[in-house]
Amino acid sequence: MEKEGKNKKENNVMTPKEIITYFKDKFKKGIKNVKIEKKTAGVKKNEFVVLWMEIDRKIFKNAVKELAKIQFPHLAVISGDDIEKEIKLNYHFSLYYAKRLEEISINFSVKLPKNNPSIETITDIIPGALITEREIQEMLGVKIKNIPDKRRMFLSNEFPKSVYPWRKDEKGINDKLINKLYMRK
Amino acid sequence: MKKKKEEVKEVYPLCIGPIHPALKEPAMFEFKISGEKIVDVDINMGHNHRGIEWMARSRNPVQIIYLAERVCGICNICHAYAFCRAVENIAEIEVPERAEYIRTIVAELERIHSHLLWAGVAAHELGFDSVLYLTWRVREKVLDLIEYLTGNRITKAIMMIGGVRRDISKEQIPKIKEALRYYKKIFVKLKSIFLEDPTIAARTKGVGILTKEDALTLCAVGPTARASGVPKDVRQDQAYLAYGDIDFKAITPDILTGEVNGDVYDRIVVRLLEVKQSVEIIEQCIDEMPSGEILFEKKIPVLLAKLKNTIGEGIGRHEAPRGEVFHYVRLSGKENVETWKIRAPTYNNLLSWIPMLLGEQIADIPIVAASTDPCISCTERVAIVKKESKKREILTKEDLTKLSVEKTRRLMKG
Repeated sequence: MEKEGKNKKENNVMTPKEIITYFKDKFKKGIKNVKIEKKTAGVKKNEFVVLWMEIDRKIFKNAVKELAKIQFPHLAVISGDDIEKEIKLNYHFSLYYAKRLEEISINFSVKLPKNNPSIETITDIIPGALITEREIQEMLGVKIKNIPDKRRMFLSNEFPKSVYPWRKDEKGINDKLINKLYMRK
Repeated sequence: MKKKKEEVKEVYPLCIGPIHPALKEPAMFEFKISGEKIVDVDINMGHNHRGIEWMARSRNPVQIIYLAERVCGICNICHAYAFCRAVENIAEIEVPERAEYIRTIVAELERIHSHLLWAGVAAHELGFDSVLYLTWRVREKVLDLIEYLTGNRITKAIMMIGGVRRDISKEQIPKIKEALRYYKKIFVKLKSIFLEDPTIAARTKGVGILTKEDALTLCAVGPTARASGVPKDVRQDQAYLAYGDIDFKAITPDILTGEVNGDVYDRIVVRLLEVKQSVEIIEQCIDEMPSGEILFEKKIPVLLAKLKNTIGEGIGRHEAPRGEVFHYVRLSGKENVETWKIRAPTYNNLLSWIPMLLGEQIADIPIVAASTDPCISCTERVAIVKKESKKREILTKEDLTKLSVEKTRRLMKG
């Protein structure tokens, strides 16, 4: 029975527009700045689609849960961006992978205010998100709530605390930390 | 009485690295060992951070292409291409069809050389150095061909935003075809050496298993995922470059053996078959290559001026030899790139080491760790490294290889 249900789901592929209406119906105003990017390639001009959605922090985890209901998503990575008063995280998912020309890239972005940059972990939904969440935590100073492993990932323990290399403000890499080899005598 | 003895077995820590037990790159494994068995694994990274994304903040998009090529010595087409694709997506640059075919050919040549390099390393880890020499000699042919086509053996410097920097002329095609024939012939030999040898089978079958479920939930990519029965392959899943035109399917081990075990043997199967697949893809590309321009914009200052006035974000994905490469780029109407995030395939395969290594023997660490074809220089890119030495028992790479070789010899005798 369970197997049958799975097959049914697999045959029932949603189009990019359906995915967007699915999320919009579910979360109403929580979804903003929706963008569908279509590109063609090669001589045959086959198409591939990239979706972009900005998601409110309050409903973010539920949105990821909804996404996982469609199909277990592939998480490429979480990228982070320092945009003045906010930190923007981009969760790069994809659906319908492992099938000929059917994959859809789905990017969820979420904005966090700098005075309280925190977000729930998604490792309970996607265990493979652990490394990228640890990286976001040390590189941007975003607090990932309930992360199962709080340690640093790539920075060594000697690296000063409360300096976050991906930040572009006063918490980023300052001049003192840069070793200018060409200025040495 | 016997049972009691086993209970007394103490669990002791064992650190391997930062000098890597597989490829010559730094990563540290902290194991908990009970007797010969691994009961816990922790991976300690960050020994090779070079701050490449940070360095990119003071560079313009064209300068970054050359920086991207230096992320990794092997996957230098992948990173340069993924970056170019992201920028092309943002600026809506149409890449000429011919350029897409040339990019495909070079990317597949890179896959052949990378997989052969890996096959040699795997043979070395098992203690078959003669096979290492054979595969690396075979690899020379593709390196020579890459040099013939791009001017460089390793760092190809052929990518440009909106196309490629060198065309493939009609006169060059016979030499490519000759190399492809050579690989088709040698493939039969490599297949019998790696897949029919009873000792290699004994050392790799049932070792380092990654289940299909783990491969999915840990978001594994590339041959590591495919060997576990998840046919993820960006080339197959998305239409990009010439891959949308060419008919092929992601390789899983059941194509050859009829079953998926997700062990080291299956990962050898997948990589070897992919060498053959790459040869076939290149053949199709050469036959069907359209004529025309190879660059969107020949004048680099014009291209840079266009990018300077572009605002937006984009992603670039490509199937590197080790799996999916992912780049995120944001342009903000300035001369330099605002944000750039690189994600190499090994990054996503780090976590899959843990289920692979649990329960295995110490002597199996080198081959299991090497079986994902890890590339640490890709995975880590931020500066500053100093690791205080802790007083623990540390096995060097030489000790480990010795252990592994001894195990192979034991098996050969028995």
